[in-house]
Amino acid sequence: MDFDVMISYLPLYKEALFLTMRVGWQGVIISIVIGLLCSAVIHFRVPVFRQTVGAYTQLFRNTPLLVQLFFIYFALPKIGIKVSPVACGTWGLGLLGGAYMTETFRSGLENIPKIQYESAESLGMNRLQVFRYVILPQAVSSSVPGLVANVIFLLKETSVFSTISLMDLMFTAKDLIGMYAKTIECLTLLVVFYLIMLLPVSILGNIVERRLRHAEFGS
Amino acid sequence: MQSLGLDVIFKGKNFIRLLTGLWVAVRISLISVSISIALGLIVGVLMTSENKVLKTIFRIYLEIVRIMPQMVLLFIVYFGTTRVFGWNLDAELSAIIVFSFWGTAEMGDLVRGALISIPKIQYESAMALGMNKVQVYYHIILPQTVRRLIPLSINLITRMIKTTSLVMMIGIVEVLKVAQQIIEANRKASPNAAFGVFAVVFLMYFLICWPIGKLSVYLEKRWS
Amino acid sequence: MGNTLLTVKNLHKEFDGKTILKSIDFEVIKGEVIVIIGPSGCGKSTLLRCLNGLEDIQGGEILIDDRKVISGSKDITAIRQKIGMVFQSYDLFPHKTILENIILAPMKVLKRKRSEVEAEATELLSRVGLADRKNDYPRQLSGGQKQRIAIVRSLIMHPEVLLLDEITAALDPEMVHEVLQVVLDLAKTGSTMLIVTHEMSFAKAIADRVLFLENGEIAEESSNPKEFFEAPKTERAKQFLKSFEY
Repeated sequence: MDFDVMISYLPLYKEALFLTMRVGWQGVIISIVIGLLCSAVIHFRVPVFRQTVGAYTQLFRNTPLLVQLFFIYFALPKIGIKVSPVACGTWGLGLLGGAYMTETFRSGLENIPKIQYESAESLGMNRLQVFRYVILPQAVSSSVPGLVANVIFLLKETSVFSTISLMDLMFTAKDLIGMYAKTIECLTLLVVFYLIMLLPVSILGNIVERRLRHAEFGS
Repeated sequence: MQSLGLDVIFKGKNFIRLLTGLWVAVRISLISVSISIALGLIVGVLMTSENKVLKTIFRIYLEIVRIMPQMVLLFIVYFGTTRVFGWNLDAELSAIIVFSFWGTAEMGDLVRGALISIPKIQYESAMALGMNKVQVYYHIILPQTVRRLIPLSINLITRMIKTTSLVMMIGIVEVLKVAQQIIEANRKASPNAAFGVFAVVFLMYFLICWPIGKLSVYLEKRWS
Repeated sequence: MGNTLLTVKNLHKEFDGKTILKSIDFEVIKGEVIVIIGPSGCGKSTLLRCLNGLEDIQGGEILIDDRKVISGSKDITAIRQKIGMVFQSYDLFPHKTILENIILAPMKVLKRKRSEVEAEATELLSRVGLADRKNDYPRQLSGGQKQRIAIVRSLIMHPEVLLLDEITAALDPEMVHEVLQVVLDLAKTGSTMLIVTHEMSFAKAIADRVLFLENGEIAEESSNPKEFFEAPKTERAKQFLKSFEY
């Protein structure tokens, strides 16, 4: 392995890492917002919106991100909606993740026993108070494992961004291999940079999950 | 109003070509899932072992699969190993290796989860009847876990199919690649073909994954 | 009869086309303890749930302080503040400490000051012998302790009527006593209560009045619990009470 070559590639990888992380985390944040909104729509049985959300989650959970990105990036411009690679990556990831987050939050809400609603209601709380003080905090903590899994999944999925010529880690590696044929060096750096991006998230996620399990309130 | 490319799809053999491309993706998924299930059963049983070395190895294996994008693994196997070992690995074989590597970890973890959820008393009462370890697994434990695992394995198929769209990146001509070729070939005659063609590909994936996902949810509800 | 708190008139309740409760009529007077007994499935828990507006009713009416209890209506939350309820299953909020469980409703619903509510909570907790557990989480408590907390959580809202729905049914036998003792103390201080229970000797000891429910109707009503438990008038009540003997 040629370490000098690897060192000379470092700045390019670093730049790609920043771009990948930026787009990835922005996508994650969008997905959480979408997930919260959509699961609330399902939970409160908002008519019409509920069916729309159902169709949206089914559509995005049952198709690959790559196909979704191609559609947004190559097909939408044909009907007049033009998006930059970064916007396409961010929103593509956000929409895909939103569908998964909706599922996670929805099942978090569904898992709360009926008696929790009833006992809160019998203390005279109104629907909003029941939700705000009793249901939501429990739903959030029971959603954490799913949330962590989704975040890692979404950050991993950023690897397909190179197909819409977003200069992410994958793109950089592919590009460098194509130009200088230093395959091993490029792939090693690729692995290392993905580890830098994802290992901390994975470890942190494990810690949070374990904390929650220890602090498990369960009756 | 300009055509949005729906005509292109039904021009000549285009639609058949798309379906053939889709079949390539589905074929790779099915082969990989089969291998994953077979190996996953073994790995899952091994994962419940108390052996420290085994435990550590599997932990690292699971963590690699958990955080390494499949695309990176594909590149390592397809471009990396050919470089290091100098062999000539077929792209489709590389894909099957990578997806099986990933699927085996997923399946193994599911098997492990199903195994440890079976009450200890089931093992003990079988042992008390004089069965040896293999007999206990074969007659008592596996039949109980299989029911739990079938819906989860079906779910793995859809995830596998969705992931196989990546293989176009190592030059396999599957449905997305075919789509690109069709769009390219009709660039002059039908400049907006990308819309119709990609919309159809989108729909194709949905029509395959959605029913399989539904089936998995249905079985899970029925058998739980 | 001056101090009628709660009136049930010709109450009718159906679920999935099946009649659960029919022609239920009774009144609750301030300070009275009414025990409702009957075989399982007779509708006694449903009756309590109707009184608290947790179930909708198909006929008749429920009045508390001359206000109608209607499930899902706008002022149901205001009415519920007058009715406390403790359930069979431990229903404490698992994500909150004991103290937080107790002070949540008075602070958020009645907008009372935290310091004031905390002081009252502490006092109530020491009355049920659990003052030292106020910073624990529900999971750290035994079933009997959780039920005592659930009672305190209801009491701090100063309800006019307290509904107790088989609150000892899910408890280990050795914990039943500590919970029933709290309820007996409440009766002594003049709390108005409606109690559904399977503990017959407890029922006998605490009741001012007994309602015997069977197949969704009041089969026997007695203002003399002692007499009821020793020599019930109806054959159905006789059969039911016999099932508790060995």
